[in-house]
Amino acid sequence: MNKPLLRTLTLGTLLFGAAAAIAQDVTGAGATFPAPIYAKWADAYNKATGARINYQSVGSGAGIRQIKAKTIDFGASDMPLSDAELAKDGMLQFPTVIGGVVPVVNLQGISPGQLKMTGAVLGDIYLGKITKWNDAALTALNPGVPLPDAAIAVVRRADGSGTSFIFTNYLSKVNAEWKAKVGEGTAVNWPTGAGGKGNEGVSGFVQRLPNSIGYVEYAYAKQNKMSYVQLRNKDGGYVTPTDTAFKAAAAGADWNKTFFQILTEQPGKDAWPLTGATYILMYKQQDKPAAASNTLKFFDWAYNSGDKMADDLDYVPLPAALKELVRKQWADNLKDAGGKVIAFK
Amino acid sequence: MAATLPANPLEQNTSMERTAPQGRPPERRVVAPWADALFAVLTQGAAWLTLALLAGIIASLVIGAAPAIEKFGLGFLWSRDWDPVQENFGGLVMIYGTLMTSFIALLIAVPVSFGIALFLTELSPGWLKRPLGIAIELLAAVPSIVYGMWGLLVFGPILATYVQQPLQGLFGNTPILGALFTGPPVGIGLLSAGIILAIMIIPYIAAVMRDVFEVTPAMLKESAYALGSTTWEVVWRVVLPFTKTGVVGAVMLGLGRALGETMAVTFVIGNFNQLNSLSLFEAANSITSALANEFAEAGEGLHQASLIYLGLVLFFITFVVLSLSKLLLSQLKKGEGSRA
Repeated sequence: MNKPLLRTLTLGTLLFGAAAAIAQDVTGAGATFPAPIYAKWADAYNKATGARINYQSVGSGAGIRQIKAKTIDFGASDMPLSDAELAKDGMLQFPTVIGGVVPVVNLQGISPGQLKMTGAVLGDIYLGKITKWNDAALTALNPGVPLPDAAIAVVRRADGSGTSFIFTNYLSKVNAEWKAKVGEGTAVNWPTGAGGKGNEGVSGFVQRLPNSIGYVEYAYAKQNKMSYVQLRNKDGGYVTPTDTAFKAAAAGADWNKTFFQILTEQPGKDAWPLTGATYILMYKQQDKPAAASNTLKFFDWAYNSGDKMADDLDYVPLPAALKELVRKQWADNLKDAGGKVIAFK
Repeated sequence: MAATLPANPLEQNTSMERTAPQGRPPERRVVAPWADALFAVLTQGAAWLTLALLAGIIASLVIGAAPAIEKFGLGFLWSRDWDPVQENFGGLVMIYGTLMTSFIALLIAVPVSFGIALFLTELSPGWLKRPLGIAIELLAAVPSIVYGMWGLLVFGPILATYVQQPLQGLFGNTPILGALFTGPPVGIGLLSAGIILAIMIIPYIAAVMRDVFEVTPAMLKESAYALGSTTWEVVWRVVLPFTKTGVVGAVMLGLGRALGETMAVTFVIGNFNQLNSLSLFEAANSITSALANEFAEAGEGLHQASLIYLGLVLFFITFVVLSLSKLLLSQLKKGEGSRA
């Protein structure tokens, strides 16, 4: 290859890459739970507009750390920050998609949805108080179901995760002893059980260990055809984890007041009690208005045309009214250094 | 002596007498005096840079862990609590898990590696030496996550079915031994982590041991054989004493790897932050595994600081292990002197 040609090519590549990076690249990092849908949206958005969105799924805690250090344009977290904490850092948070957490079991002769549980019983199992499948508390809820005389092998997440946050938050609401002894968080002091890494680790354990129980995101339970459990919700009815049950839980929350909504144990006849939204964090005053504008354009596009993709990946899109509310928050709160509103249309 | 140089010194000097020097040695050529200086500075700089990096890492660990050190002090080392919700942290469970799994790993790996090295150097037929040696070294090239997955999916169930359950049946009611084998029969826990670690460090220890065994002078070994020693006596009395420095080094290399291994351990140790029994089959946790699992989601504050504190403890453990091995080696050398 002759030298001038090589030089031209190299220079061209460098210039092109640099120009593209300056003009359109947006970087975000955080929660692993919504990472598949963000990647899918980013890919489709790239094909539609040419803009690139880099999302690093490093975990909610790391996402919050990075946005606070301003190394990225947006952070993502499964655990919403309280309004006070947001105000302190001058940040805005908004939900993107809704998802559900599902208790799954591996019991011979039990089909998906056949087993019924209440939150209190689920909490007692994870506290190590109910240790046998034929415990009176379980048989009373499940007359006629052939529950074996076997020890319950409890499986939970080993890594800190938003999934664990939704799960422990729910148990804290419905089981007083759990609230007092363990509490809620992305990682807690588990009283019992083996820890699997990630959703795939937990579902792997549950599928391999007979007589086990675990909890995974809905998508994993569905794709691996695992035996999910019916849960009793706040209104007293037993519900099956489905998209409609997650939507019902989201509908019960009052989003007008604040986006700080934890969707576990929501009222509503069909509401699935283990539901949660995942969030994006951005600074209200933007040092880099161009990047912020590109970020908002991306999420605006995702709200408009990303619902089908979310459905395909077993996430629940936000209700239309909530999306409008988020757009209003953007328009009201996100400003550049001069106080000009960041454009996203 | 005014000597004229002979035309061909070798030819002349046929008697076995010493010859006079055939002139001055050639002058040392100094091409560029600064090159030597530059080279010296560069190499010295590299050495100091490593030290500076080490100091920097320790400093940043201490700064990162400062909140936890202030709050918990040295009590962190023997507290069993690990409660991110109440922000109450102690590292005993992880420290115990790290030391115990490494100990189990060494207990298994050292004799096996010794056997491998012994076979390869003394007993193996010539045609088998190379392929077998290469195969064992290849084990070291298997990525650790593969060992982890294999341990979880294949080895764990086998251990539970064919080892743990029979052991529980045999010793279930024996007072002290029985306690070692309690726990749910799932095949994950300290013992499986230890065994997986052993498999991972065997190639390292075996390869180094084989190399040092091979440098034992053949003359020493043959002399011993000539005196009527058996193979075992030659290895135990001649090869091992001659190579003990290298053998200790090999074991330390394996131990260092076992202490720091993360991915494979995470898969099979169970990640359970409580120390309820001494059972080998109880799920436990190790320092590296806790760090890998919890760091990404740990919020700022005590949780993160405690994890960094754990990292500092691991640093300290490896440092102590290394120092002890150096001490052991110097003791061995001293013993050498007195015997001679």
